[in-house]
Amino acid sequence: MPGEHFVVAPGWAWYILLYFFFAGISGGAFVIGTMLRLFGSAADKAASRLAFIISFPLLLLCPILLTLDLGQPLRFWHMLIDVKTGTPAFKVYSPISLGSWGLTIFGLFAFVMFLAAVGEGGYLRWRVLAGAGRVMSSTLGKAFMVIGAIFGFFVAAYTGVLLAVSNQPVWSDTWTLGGLFLASGLSGAAASILLLSRRRREAAATEGKLMEADRYFIILELVLIALFLITIGGVVSKVLGGGWILLWLVVLIGTLVPLIGEFRPALVRQLPPAVLPVLVLVGVLALRAVIIFSAQA
Amino acid sequence: MAAPVGFFTDTTLCIGCKACEVACKEWNGLPDNPLVFRDSYDNTGQLDHANWRHVRFIEQTTKNADKPIAWSMMSDVCKHCANASCLEVCPTNAIVRTEFDTVFIQQDVCNGCRDCISACPYGVIGFNSNTGTAQKCTFCYDRLQNNLKPACATACPTQSIKFGPLDEMRQTAATRLATLHAQGMSEARIYGEQEYGGLHALFLLTDKPETYSLPSTESAVLPSRNNIPGYLGAAVTAVVAAVAGLIAFRRRGETQP
Repeated sequence: MPGEHFVVAPGWAWYILLYFFFAGISGGAFVIGTMLRLFGSAADKAASRLAFIISFPLLLLCPILLTLDLGQPLRFWHMLIDVKTGTPAFKVYSPISLGSWGLTIFGLFAFVMFLAAVGEGGYLRWRVLAGAGRVMSSTLGKAFMVIGAIFGFFVAAYTGVLLAVSNQPVWSDTWTLGGLFLASGLSGAAASILLLSRRRREAAATEGKLMEADRYFIILELVLIALFLITIGGVVSKVLGGGWILLWLVVLIGTLVPLIGEFRPALVRQLPPAVLPVLVLVGVLALRAVIIFSAQA
Repeated sequence: MAAPVGFFTDTTLCIGCKACEVACKEWNGLPDNPLVFRDSYDNTGQLDHANWRHVRFIEQTTKNADKPIAWSMMSDVCKHCANASCLEVCPTNAIVRTEFDTVFIQQDVCNGCRDCISACPYGVIGFNSNTGTAQKCTFCYDRLQNNLKPACATACPTQSIKFGPLDEMRQTAATRLATLHAQGMSEARIYGEQEYGGLHALFLLTDKPETYSLPSTESAVLPSRNNIPGYLGAAVTAVVAAVAGLIAFRRRGETQP
């Protein structure tokens, strides 16, 4: 076994599960919004706007959930400031420390792009947002999005690294969790945008592209799930045993059914269009739940 | 800076009286344990926020027909590792190293994120839901500052728990080990000389560390070992996802945005 430890579970539960879920989708949505701007066509602008519009509100939930999970919620700011010295508390070895800064900086990018998307879409007719569309299409705007997307990748992925940088069985036995949470976060973000784009005609033009992207993200996620199960070796029974297998079934349904549906649309034609994205989102939540809870059981 | 201090716990001398537990609770004002009957004399159960000393009762079967069951007892405590997993991951700098080279959780800084609990390979730290903070043995920091021995070492009636300058404790442990080896107790060993850069709580064991719920020397690894592989795995995934995005979202004879 990589490391036999005698640890106690930290008692991370629902707030952390929801935080990991929303962080994955928020970061993933920003990344997808950026990629649609960089690689897509004019017709994809609406879906890109939608991605930026969902990224920021979901990100706002993250510090709230994190703070609620603390034993001393009013000391949430101790994550950023060393109270004894008054200097920034930044520890490169501590993923929570890096993540606190990552969330803060990503929040700035997500907020600016949220305003830009709202301005470009004409949802708010503030004078300051009038030129948002032009700025978003400029080189500077694109550079801003790319830097924000790097932080988006980080926010979606670091939660997995946070679990790995511990001595808990399962979490600390694998290097795959950062990548796995990123892939599933991207898949969940694509599903969220798909779900919302069906209510906005102008964004529906990107539906095919989003489904194709989700297909790739799900395949990546499945590869990483396989690697996760292989790398944890001797403790695999802790994750698959008991009732946890039911959550894995939900994960499989949330990945394989949408994948089959995208490869063989005829098989799922009878289903309402919202079913597949919802299955993806439930699978994203179940994946995090089974990894968080089974290791602590 | 004061000289680094250490405990040397000789498990061959422990009689399981739990005076160390009681003295620790009394000095540090820790709450008593709810009455729980377990299948053992060990009704403390584990180290946590309210138990900073825990006398383990390890029951083992023997080949001796007259004495089929043997007890090994060990008064467990925070190891105050030289390279401490808890200190490494703590995001708020609430966990610090004192002038005595011990590891201390500043209660007015800790915000109860519990990352240290997930990191400690000895299961030492507990979460106190009343204070909302992580708590563990302070090595009687207040007593050390007043040139007093920690309460547990003061109370131990058999000298199983010894306290002193760390170098002296290492020397005492080596001498005791040599004595036991000379007496034919070849299975005796010292735990804590190499693990986590050297522990400030050394133990004389008569079985492999895992028997006492201590990770082996090979398993004594820091959480930070997973930083680079974890971020690298995520970075490779990000690159693959970006390529997937490029393929999926590329323009197909459409106008540029």
